[in-house]
Amino acid sequence: MTHFFSGLFRFRRGAWEALATVIIAIGVFMLMQPFVMWAYTYSFITTLIGTLMFIIVSHFPSD
Amino acid sequence: MNDSVATRAAQATPPGVARRVKGLSDRAIAWIFVGPTIFLLLAINIFPLIWTIRLSFTNFRANRPNREVEWVGLRNYERILGDSDIWLSMQATAHFLIWTIVLQVLIGFTLAWLINKKFRGNDLWTTIIVLPMMLSPAVVGNFWTFLYQPQIGLFNYVITWFTGADPSSFEMLGSVNLAPWSIIIVDTWMWTPFVMLICLAGLRSIPDYIYEAAEIDRASKLRQFFTITLPMVLPFLMLAVLFRGIENFKMFDLVVQLTGGGPGSITELASINLKREAFEKWRTGYSSAFAIILFVTVFGLASIYVKALNKVKER
Repeated sequence: MTHFFSGLFRFRRGAWEALATVIIAIGVFMLMQPFVMWAYTYSFITTLIGTLMFIIVSHFPSD
Repeated sequence: MNDSVATRAAQATPPGVARRVKGLSDRAIAWIFVGPTIFLLLAINIFPLIWTIRLSFTNFRANRPNREVEWVGLRNYERILGDSDIWLSMQATAHFLIWTIVLQVLIGFTLAWLINKKFRGNDLWTTIIVLPMMLSPAVVGNFWTFLYQPQIGLFNYVITWFTGADPSSFEMLGSVNLAPWSIIIVDTWMWTPFVMLICLAGLRSIPDYIYEAAEIDRASKLRQFFTITLPMVLPFLMLAVLFRGIENFKMFDLVVQLTGGGPGSITELASINLKREAFEKWRTGYSSAFAIILFVTVFGLASIYVKALNKVKER
């Protein structure tokens, strides 16, 4: 966990890619869940942020 | 004997062409080779994508090309993300996606584990299991429609044999409760071999000496499975899950052949809903926004897929 946070602070690819992956996964879940409408409404923006973040952070230096 | 491929290629080049190529730099020659591909990529993939993004902000209708096109901003996106019908089609897609992946992974992994054992006729069984994957979805859709027929279909008779129910008492494709499962069964039948092949590759990549070391340490078969087999096959399983997830998120042909989205709209997956909006209701701007939402989702999933693929490569 400490390694993950230090990776975030030092702008390392691994940690940021993991974060972007989690955001994409949350966005996809929000899009397809059957529970609350507001989650569906905000799913696209969440997935978009995750995807754009993934594209950007994949250019960060590796550990 | 001394003639290398490059020397022979140079000798075979007509003198006129050779003179012209001689004056070009390596970079220019590389561009000549890559240029047509880049042009086709831009024309077939990138341009339609940019055009769709542009259309998603308008009220354009393809069946009324002469009507004035208005810039509507984010209104199409707001309407889609507040539309309960589209939300329902997303839920139908999720139901299809989750169950196909669960069943395909469970059955695919079990089959791979069995096929990985050395037994007589191993290759023949592998070929037979892989056959459904090689068929066209249109063909599969058509013959499963016959199999699901309540009067003459084999499927109902097999169920009758197990349960004792009258074969014409239930209709797989016409029932609201059974139709979603009918498409899940067909997709599982067709694509489990694909998951099996990926798992088989994972199982065969585990070196024997690890199991031999575990045997010396007197680890039970169950312990070996959970501490060696499963962790080492996991990246491959992850790959299979993502690949099937992306493919099934876009599923269209098989479901159109089987149920056409019905009965009602119970099996209307996102891609079928998109096709209806675009080519039946002719709401091109609206459907472009819908397509972009699906594209971003698939693109996001594909990014995770590429990451998982790199992890497998690192092994």
